[in-house]
Amino acid sequence: MNHLLLFFSGLLLFLVSPLTAQEWTQEDLKIYQTFDEIEPVLQLSNDTTYLINFWATWCGPCVKELPYFEAITERYQGEKFKTLLVSLDLERQITSKLIPFLNKKQIKSEVLLLLDGKPNKWIDRVDPSWSGAIPITIVRKGDHYSFYEKEFHSEQELIAIVSPILNLDK
Amino acid sequence: MRQIIILSLAALTLSFSSAFSQKSSHGYGIGDTAVDFNLMNIDGEYVSMADYEEANGFIIVFTCNHCPYAVMYEDRLVELDKKYAALGYPVIAIMPNDPEVKPDDSFANMKLRAAEKGFSFPYLMDEGQKVYPVFGATKTPHVYLLDKEKVVRYIGSIDDSARDASAVEEKFLENAIEALMKGETPDPATTKAIGCSIKTKS
Repeated sequence: MNHLLLFFSGLLLFLVSPLTAQEWTQEDLKIYQTFDEIEPVLQLSNDTTYLINFWATWCGPCVKELPYFEAITERYQGEKFKTLLVSLDLERQITSKLIPFLNKKQIKSEVLLLLDGKPNKWIDRVDPSWSGAIPITIVRKGDHYSFYEKEFHSEQELIAIVSPILNLDK
Repeated sequence: MRQIIILSLAALTLSFSSAFSQKSSHGYGIGDTAVDFNLMNIDGEYVSMADYEEANGFIIVFTCNHCPYAVMYEDRLVELDKKYAALGYPVIAIMPNDPEVKPDDSFANMKLRAAEKGFSFPYLMDEGQKVYPVFGATKTPHVYLLDKEKVVRYIGSIDDSARDASAVEEKFLENAIEALMKGETPDPATTKAIGCSIKTKS
């Protein structure tokens, strides 16, 4: 019975989910001109586990690890879990590079675009230990926070940092 | 004696950073004395800081061909060298990536890019990737300003606006050089900027 319920709720989620079969347009991107605007989103502290990744289409290691973020997003669909991909792509390359990339890779996670061009003012506000190189990854839930300045090489590596947090106080 | 200590410290740092990870946070801080290097320039000649007998300091910049943020600063580097080499602060660019990981950063491509952009300064290959961990560079571009005694006086970004040179409000590096020329301490002594991680075989 439980399984059936799970199956139908899964099916329902699948049918109504905006995450499926999405064709990306500029309107689907959440665009932030300043770090002040995006900061509250990065600091959401509630019972949802946020997996936040700073990346860009021009960053090779970022592009390489992106499928693992997509895989874990799919794995934890229906859980209190959200992946936020914060792109540092250039404004002039939104339509020429970023949107085509999101469509080509069929990205289903939420994509935020941070355009603030004065990073010396906000890098430390993301994390004081961050050198400024991307990719970086943050896991946040309630009071829990961890920061990784590294490239992930498998979905398993991501699960290893996410699942203990996801299963906290469950 | 001091030289020996510095050298062994450097060797220690080097073995530390290779023993742990390439993303080492070890490296120079403000006030540390940099160890000289001897790296091959795109013209085939080896370059060391000791070659610059008249220098009052050095603008050491870890940069590369492939990274868009490094490319954004190419013209500004040429301008910096034009302005400050004559004042005793030459630019020395070092390419820290493993070219087998990023073929855009091969020695041949470094030569091409330097010619295209008219680099007036050495563009050195960090062969074996031994120098960048000693400095503690984590990305391109990443700047270290040294004084005459090779003491690190400023670490970070060239200015506050990589993406748009016309939107620069603070010329961090130039301000730091001007401070040194007046015998003052650069403030800020460190800044941060977005950049590309240094590419190594993982």
